[in-house]
Parts: sequence; structure tokens; C-alpha cells
Amino acid sequence: MYRDLKWKIPLILAVVLGSVLLAYPLKEKISLGLDLQGGMHLLLEVKVEKAVEASLERLADDIKRDISDEDLEVDRIKATHDNRQVNVRMVDKLDLPPVKKVLDGYPFFSLVSEDSDGLGLVYQLSADHVTQIEQNAVSQGLETIRNRVDQFGVSEPTIQVQGEKRILVQLPGIKDSERAINLIGKTARLEFKLLDEEQSLDQALAGNVPEDSEILYQRVENKETGEVTKDPFLIKKRTVLTGETLTGAEVRFDSDFNEPYVSLTFNSVGAMIFQQVTRENIKKRLAIVLDDNVYSAPVIQDEIPGGRAQITGRFTSAEARDLAIVLRAGALPAPVVILENRTVGPSLGMDSIEKGIASIVYGGLLVIVFIAIYYKLSGVIAVTALFLNIVLLAGALAYFGAALTLPGIAGIILTVGMAIDANVLVFERIREEIRIGKTVRAAIDAGFSKAFRTIVDANITTFIAAVVLFQFGTGPIKGFAITLCIGIAASMFTAVFVSRTIFDATMNQKKLDKLSI
Amino acid sequence: MKILSSDTHFDFMGKIKTAMTISGLVILVGLGSVALSGGLKYGIDFAGGTLIQLQFKTAPDIEVIRDGLKTIALGESTIQEFGSKRDILIRVQRSEEKLEAVGSKVRNSLSGKFNKDDITIARVEMVGPKVGRDLREKALLSILYAVIGIVIYISWRFELQYAIAAIIALAHDVLVTLGAFSILDKEFTLVVIAAFLAIIGYSLNDTIVVFDRIRENLRRRGKNTLVQTINASINQTLSRTLLTSGTTLMVVAALFFFGGEIIHDFSFALLVGVLVGTYSSIFIASTFLVYWDSRH
Repeated sequence: MYRDLKWKIPLILAVVLGSVLLAYPLKEKISLGLDLQGGMHLLLEVKVEKAVEASLERLADDIKRDISDEDLEVDRIKATHDNRQVNVRMVDKLDLPPVKKVLDGYPFFSLVSEDSDGLGLVYQLSADHVTQIEQNAVSQGLETIRNRVDQFGVSEPTIQVQGEKRILVQLPGIKDSERAINLIGKTARLEFKLLDEEQSLDQALAGNVPEDSEILYQRVENKETGEVTKDPFLIKKRTVLTGETLTGAEVRFDSDFNEPYVSLTFNSVGAMIFQQVTRENIKKRLAIVLDDNVYSAPVIQDEIPGGRAQITGRFTSAEARDLAIVLRAGALPAPVVILENRTVGPSLGMDSIEKGIASIVYGGLLVIVFIAIYYKLSGVIAVTALFLNIVLLAGALAYFGAALTLPGIAGIILTVGMAIDANVLVFERIREEIRIGKTVRAAIDAGFSKAFRTIVDANITTFIAAVVLFQFGTGPIKGFAITLCIGIAASMFTAVFVSRTIFDATMNQKKLDKLSI
Repeated sequence: MKILSSDTHFDFMGKIKTAMTISGLVILVGLGSVALSGGLKYGIDFAGGTLIQLQFKTAPDIEVIRDGLKTIALGESTIQEFGSKRDILIRVQRSEEKLEAVGSKVRNSLSGKFNKDDITIARVEMVGPKVGRDLREKALLSILYAVIGIVIYISWRFELQYAIAAIIALAHDVLVTLGAFSILDKEFTLVVIAAFLAIIGYSLNDTIVVFDRIRENLRRRGKNTLVQTINASINQTLSRTLLTSGTTLMVVAALFFFGGEIIHDFSFALLVGVLVGTYSSIFIASTFLVYWDSRH
């Protein structure tokens, strides 16, 4: 009588079994969003213009060196950041042609103007090269951050570029978010610079800073009170050695006081420079500067061969460990700023899960009891379909690897309310058909087929809204859109196909004169 | 079991004037409230700023927290209870781009007044002005695209006047909910926008069920006028409309009462939206069909 049942029932069982297999065990198969498991969502912007500026300065230095190598006398070479130009001023007019020749070796610079006195040339950095520097800054920044996060040890982090110069970092389950922010966001530009001991620090503080020196500070934080004091140093601008030559950085403990410090190892080039600098500057002070903060400024006692140095400073062991990580992972090519930070503590996440589940249970029970009383046996069929709907939803969430968020739970709850709608539409239609005197079988047929179009139209409009939400939404909102989309699709299957099949199967067993609806 | 007799004959279309007056008034009051409070109240998602949720071991005195915060220059800040007396929500207008964390700054400022271990930073949300602007734009666009998509679908499945009527009904629902938010001084956040999109979906769902019946009845209306046909269609679908609204309200109410503070405004928007959506699918959507018919 119902030959369709031969394939319908196995199909339904297969779909349900598949969903159960996909989603079981729930804890492992369904990942939780950051708002439920706790964690940090961080959107960073790479200050790419800083990378361009640094690159421009470096190029200006290279040009200066190349021109000097030709035994030409340079008046000055100056990079202007705003328009990305380099201005070369010579002492002798006759030197201009050879200078031009040197600049031919820099294909991304083009001559834009000559000074009217015939002594200067203005070169422009090409837009293409600027774009390339910017892109490099972002991609290298991403790599560096990934490196740091990996070394810090976070399970399943998400680190990706968003748009042109933004980097999204998601760290699930992170406990100390502030430590993580410091670790990720620190530029970590390590520089060794000599102190300017010929000039007076007091004079400089009064405003007379010598041209090739600058004032940098050592921040000292009192661990008990959180108070920060700043000690000024007058330091020569020239960097004698940078962190680029590092091959290693490790935490060590001082044997006398058991205080942690970071031990550095340089590569052969760095070791050579370090040896030379220490040899030439015995009894002078060498400042170790990280991101323009002075960490320490020890007096050079003796020539240091072997390429080893150490950074001391009253670190906690966690701070020392983090510093070693950032130094090992290398400096960010450009500083980053935080555009967005959303951090949820693990306890709040747990709380949200409990409350979300409580609402599903209470809301679901209300609906189930109501529908079962209202539609009697047919109501029980609807409730069965509803259960299957949730099973399918769980399976689909697991299959798509979509994270469940708090708004996602709300989406499930909303689906429960709305999935019942399809059955209500059908049942009301069946009741109408029975009222006008149709047999049970004819009423069920008419009820399902007449309600079907309505159900499709009504659900597709909601589906459109949900898809748009998915396209434009971020984070937790996406979770809502996903559960809503899947819920709608699943409800079409369960409320129409599955409950129809259950009706048919029941009718197949015995001929009914009266329908419990 | 039935909630309505199977054969109702309510004259809904006869109540159009009353319904329009009520709707008009409610929307006017709501929009008036929006105007008086100087526009919509944006949460940090759209306005930018910082939100810090602190969890205390025992209920703290908000005044003491206020005094503590004065010691650090945070700019304008609001302090309120969040769900329980132990949960305190601090909202600061400023957003900090620097790496220095606002959360620990706030906690440190309170360290003299409370035991530091008694305070947990449960949540920190910082949105910079740039991202706020982006998100605002995205939210508006998403609503726009959703509406366009739906108009296209309904015009295709039905006719243009049905699409316009459906949009009027959903605009009605969104405006009423918007007004309710403004009057109750609730904030617009990303999650609330998601709720609005869900309301749009739900409102349409309801409207379309009625329209579907109208379309079906129009094919065999005989001597009945359009108004009579619409009335009959609304009556025929009435028990379904009430049932579905009922079950949806049950779950949304569960979410509202048990879902916790974070999702409170979201479930509030849905609660209002579902109620208004049910009303509008009965009274508002079909009214436009009558109006359109009288003009053509």
C-alpha cells in the first residue's frame, strides 16, 4: 500500500545514524566558540607605514654608503617620510652624474626633481615597492605572531590576515589574556646602543638633546604596588647591533640570587660585531634597548668574544620566558595596534553554557508538553520529528566544523520554536480536511501537500535572512546564522518528510477511521 | 484540543482603522523616544569603547568602585550591576589601542579597596572606533541585503504587491521593537542586530502563511470581495498563527528568563518581535493588499 516506505524508512534511519556518528561524542565533535569556552579574539592592525619608513631609512643609509664608496663627498642624505622621497645633497656639482649612476642600482627609486642650485637630487620610492613593503610587513608579522603563539603553547589558535593590513588572532581557552597580548603585540625590536657619556644627561633633560643622541627610559615596576618609575638615559641614536643577528634566547637563572635572566646567542656576524664593539668601548656603558625601553645599561668590563650576552631586569620567570619567546621568534617588521579585543574568562563561558542548556531544556519541555497535549498522538509524532531535528543539527554542526556560540544556542532554541511550525501548519490543514468530511488517509494526503508550499515559502524567506547574516556576521553572530540555517533545512526534512513517513507507516499497520490529532 | 472554535469569523479588516491608529501611535512614541534621546543608543560594538565585566566574591559597593576608578584616568565611565549584585559591568568610552591592558588597570585601581583575589575579570571587550564604524556599516548592509533578497523571492513567488505588503509589515515590526529598545534605554549591539534579522525572518514567515492562504482563496473566491476573502483567510490560519507564535514565545521566554544576562537584550528583542510579528501578520500586512487593490 505504501511502497515508498521501503526506501523512506531506511533513508531516515541512515540520516539519523549518520548524524549521531558525526556528532558523538558531543564534547569532542562540536567545537565551542570563544564566548562559551573562554578565550581571546584579537584584531590587530599592522602599522605598515612604519615598515615603509624603516625601509626608506635603511635605503637612504645604503645609498649613502654606496656613494661614499665611490669616494664622492656627500653633504647630506635625508629621507622624507610623508612623500617617501630621498633627498641627496652633494658638495660638488660635478659629483651629480656619478651619483645618478649609483642610484641606477636602485630600480625602485626614480628621479623626480633636481635642486635649482645643481647640488641636490630628489628620488621617489615607487608605489609598487611601497605596496610590496606593506604586504611583506603584514605577512611577516603574521608569521612572527604564529611563531610566538606556537612557542607560547595554545591549542588550536586561529591566526589569519583580514583585509589588507589586519591580523586576526583567536586563542581559545587562554587564561592570562594580558600576558598573551603582550606576547603577541610586542614589536620586540632589540637594539644595542652606546650611552652618550660625553654630554650631560641633565642638560638633555632640560631640552638640549645632542643631535645624534636621544633620551630613552628604563621602566621599573614595583611588583607589589604596580607603581612605575622611569629612569632616563642619554643614548646615542646609532644602533651598534640589532636582534636580527640573534640565533637563540633562553631563560637562565642567576646563581647568586636565583633571579631569571635571558641569555642571548648571536650568529657569527653578530658575534664579530659584538666583540669589536666591546673591545673598542671598554669601561663605557652599552644599553640594551627593547622597543625603545632601556632594559639595562651595563659597563663593558672587557672584550666579549663568543657572541653571548644577557638581558637582566627584575623579571618574574613568566616575563623572562615570554621575552625569550619574542626574541627567538624575531621582531615584528612593523608595530601593531589593537583594533578589537574580546576576551571571555573560562568561568563566564561555563556559566553561559549552563544557562544556554537550561533554556533549551525548559523551552523545549514547554513546547513538547504543549504539543503532545494539543495534538495527542500526532503531537507525539511532531515531537519525535523535533528530536530528530536537533540530532541532525548536531550532526551538521559537527560536519561543517562550525563552532557553537551563545547566539548559536539561541538559534537552536529559535529553531525548536519554529520547527514545530511546519507540523502545526500540516496538522491544522489535516484538521480542516477532516472537518469537511475527508477520510483519514485523504486528509493526511491533502494536509501535507497543501501545507507543503506554504512551509517552503515561509522557510525560504527566513533562510535568506539567515544566509545574509552568515555572510556579514562576525564571530558569535555567525554561530547564530549557522544554527538557524541548518535548523531550517533540518526542519524541512524532519517536520515534512519524517513525520509524513511516520504517519504513513502507522497507516500501513492498520486502517484508521479516526486520527488522533 | 483546540484554542479556537474551528469556525471563527472575526472581522479583522473591519478593525483596520483601530489597528492603524494603535500601530501609528506606538511607532510615533518609539521614534519620538529615539529623537529625544538623540538617536539610537549604540553599544561598544558600534560606538567603540571598552567593556569590562568583573566578578566579585561578595557584592561590592558601586560607589567604592566609582571612587577607585577615579584614580586612573579612564574618561567617562558607567558602572552597573549585570545580572547579579556580584557582577559589575564597567563601560568606558575610550578604547585603548596600546598593549597596556585596561582590565588589569581597572583591577589594580580597586586593589586598595578590595582584596585583589576577590575580583575576577570575567570579560573584556574593546572595540576601536574604526572597527565600530565597519561593524555599523556591515550591520546596516546586512539588513538591506536581507530585505532585497526577500523582496525578490516574494515577488517571484507571489506578486509585487505582496512583497511590498510583507516589507511594510516587517518594517512595522522592526520599528516597534526599535522603539521599545529606545524607551527602555537598551543598547544596540551586534547580537541585537542578529535578533532583528531573526525578527525579520519570523515576521515574514508569519505573513507568508497568511498570504499563501489569501492567494489560494482568491482563486476560488466566487462572489466574495477581496476584504471578505482576506478576512476568511486570516480566520482560517488564525489557530496556526496563534499556535506557532505560542510555541515560539515559549522558547524565547525560556531564553529570556534562563539564558543569562549576556543574551538578555537579544531575547528581549525576539520576545517583542514575535509578539508584534504575530499582530502585524494579522492586521498590517493584509491592509496594504486592500489599499493596493483600491488603487488599481
